[in-house]
Amino acid sequence: MRLRVCHLYPDLMNLYGDRGNVITLTRRCLWRGIDLEVVPVGLGERVDFTRFDLLFMGGGQDKEQRLICDDFRQVKGTALAEAVEDGAAFLAICGAYQLLGRYYETGSGERLSGIGVLDVETRAGKKRMIGNVVVTSALDVGRTRTLVGFENHSGRTHLGPRVNALGNVCLGYGNNGEDGWEGAVYRNVVATYLHGSILPKNPWLADWLIAQALGRRYGEGTPLAPLDDTLERAAHDAAITHAESLARQDRTPRGRAVPGATRRVRT
Amino acid sequence: MRNLLAVWAGKATLGLSRRLGHGGSSLPGMVALRIQPALLLELARGLRRGTIIITGTNGKTTTARFLSTILEDAGLRLVHNRSGANLVAGLTSSFLEASRGGVVDADIALMEVDEATVPEAVRELRPLGLVVTNFFRDQLDRFGELDTTVSFIGRGLDAMQGHGFVALNADDPLVAYLGRGRGGHVVYYGVEDPASGSKVMTQTREQCQCLVCGRPLTYEVFYYGHLGRYGCPTGDFRRPAPGFRAGAVALGGSGGTAFTLSSPDRPDTQVRLPVPGLYNVYNGLAALTAALELGIPVERAAASLRRATASFGRMERIAMEGRSVLLALVKNPTGYNQVLRTILESGLPAGSPGRRLLMALNDKYADGTDVSWIWDVDFEVLAEPGAQVAGVVASGERAHDLAVRLKYAGVRRDQIQCVPDLGEALDLALGSTPAGETLFITPTYTAMLELRGIISRRGFAPQFWETGGEAAQP
Ligand SMILES: [Zn+2]
Repeated sequence: MRLRVCHLYPDLMNLYGDRGNVITLTRRCLWRGIDLEVVPVGLGERVDFTRFDLLFMGGGQDKEQRLICDDFRQVKGTALAEAVEDGAAFLAICGAYQLLGRYYETGSGERLSGIGVLDVETRAGKKRMIGNVVVTSALDVGRTRTLVGFENHSGRTHLGPRVNALGNVCLGYGNNGEDGWEGAVYRNVVATYLHGSILPKNPWLADWLIAQALGRRYGEGTPLAPLDDTLERAAHDAAITHAESLARQDRTPRGRAVPGATRRVRT
Repeated sequence: MRNLLAVWAGKATLGLSRRLGHGGSSLPGMVALRIQPALLLELARGLRRGTIIITGTNGKTTTARFLSTILEDAGLRLVHNRSGANLVAGLTSSFLEASRGGVVDADIALMEVDEATVPEAVRELRPLGLVVTNFFRDQLDRFGELDTTVSFIGRGLDAMQGHGFVALNADDPLVAYLGRGRGGHVVYYGVEDPASGSKVMTQTREQCQCLVCGRPLTYEVFYYGHLGRYGCPTGDFRRPAPGFRAGAVALGGSGGTAFTLSSPDRPDTQVRLPVPGLYNVYNGLAALTAALELGIPVERAAASLRRATASFGRMERIAMEGRSVLLALVKNPTGYNQVLRTILESGLPAGSPGRRLLMALNDKYADGTDVSWIWDVDFEVLAEPGAQVAGVVASGERAHDLAVRLKYAGVRRDQIQCVPDLGEALDLALGSTPAGETLFITPTYTAMLELRGIISRRGFAPQFWETGGEAAQP
């Protein structure tokens, strides 16, 4: 089997070890005998997104966000929105999350318009939200899973009525530090503030993305061979324990909502 | 009177914390500042010449050591914050150590200062000169983003108000941008030797965008990381022509480095450094630029560097239980890649089962609380066929993150051991290193301090303030 990943703007949007997510997808496919080809795509390049099974885009600073915003408007935005509506699997981290939404308003009040495929709005706040995050997620149907990572953003994102949250914050700030939600999910798009990188310590999410991509290319229910995730699971658990112990020492906010709570809306 | 009291209290604290076995502390400074908040400014006023501030991501310590060797050879008395405690309280502690009867008896203070502290340090110390080495991605969580770090230094330069000199690395676009359109006395240093660079970027890509318009910069030559000969395709920003240049660079492996220094109104001078690596050419060049700006004759400065001993190499070697232990501090992807390259280039005895490594990752404030940077380190080189790695012990508070990173780098699962406790990890790694061979240890900052504590309690290494703090800094 063979999958193709479109890595959007790897030169510009590569904060916080974003490439670790691509490394993880590549290895986990390789170990299963799936040939994963990663194609970097930059500014100004027109892309036929139907050629890809999985899209990935990482985070950047305001300056890079501005360039992406222009490129979305002039070159890729419409095609990208169509690909999402068509069910392409997409992992969007931090800055990418913001630009898939309606807009991102920077600290200086400049409004960078996103492609609006996610019904979310983001405004920069004064205080950066930095630290370890633990989230429970109901993304993997029928199971409550945990996600652990690190966040570092000044943008406060609020979800509109047409997206689900990725999960419920147990520890950390999440989307805005107020409503207890983290990330957004729409069709097969997973958008989140978690880096760390997110996929290596949360292999279930990597496999969820690979499964969506396989399902789309080779038909629903294409089996995904299990892997020995002892090391990954140990890292996942250790990171949660470590985040908990740090939270006891500092003022990391704790989520108010019950672990496993979901924000499900009709889409 | 208040100064004297503050100095006395600070010195008393200093003596006490030494006896309790804590080195390089900022506590004495904190105590003294509580009594006299303006103490640093008051003490700095007593310097016969003034202060030189050295900042940037990598190379601060080595540059400061090169410069201190040159200046001490020239007969100047220095205050130097050797222990790497470089926030304002730490700076104050260094001045306290050098004071006699409430007065600092020194010509020049050589201060390594963290990026975020530069504006405050400039206001307090009113420096004679400021040297900026480079900006790599490092502890982003502490300063927010790289642009924020750059803006800290920008504010520091503003605070100099045209006094003193500013020495900038022309080959680092993030550093060179700081001098754009700036008045006052700005000098640039850089490498002019395309033969020692490459046409393609081989290491993890740092920020390579134009700081004026944000477009990707184009490079004629890459030296390392994003350092090179660059320009913006729109023509709004290009590498400034450096006045202080290193040409004909000869990287002689672990034996050291040589280059030809060209500088305004001086004869070209041959420079030999006892330490390896192109990054050390930059450190040497930065130190020479500052020394020449201070009026030291070029031949004397070059002669001092030649005699600088290898003890201030970035790697520290300790003999332990019949093995040789090499400690190399790591703090960001660029530095880590350089360290890995040096480890893999080191010779291996015939018949050896392979190299043994101990990697320690902590996530305290001084290490950077966000460990995502390990995904930007090219650990993949350890899995290459020629690497001859027999085993890696991952340790520290984030040992598990490191173990997973190594697995995804392609290191065989049975070659990775995950032991968070540093003492246990050291025992295990030493035990699996054959007698007569080398154990390579790559710790982050606080893991380094902890490991040195463990090693010295076993009677093998000096306490860290005696050897000068960050002994191994690329
Ligand atoms: Zn430009």
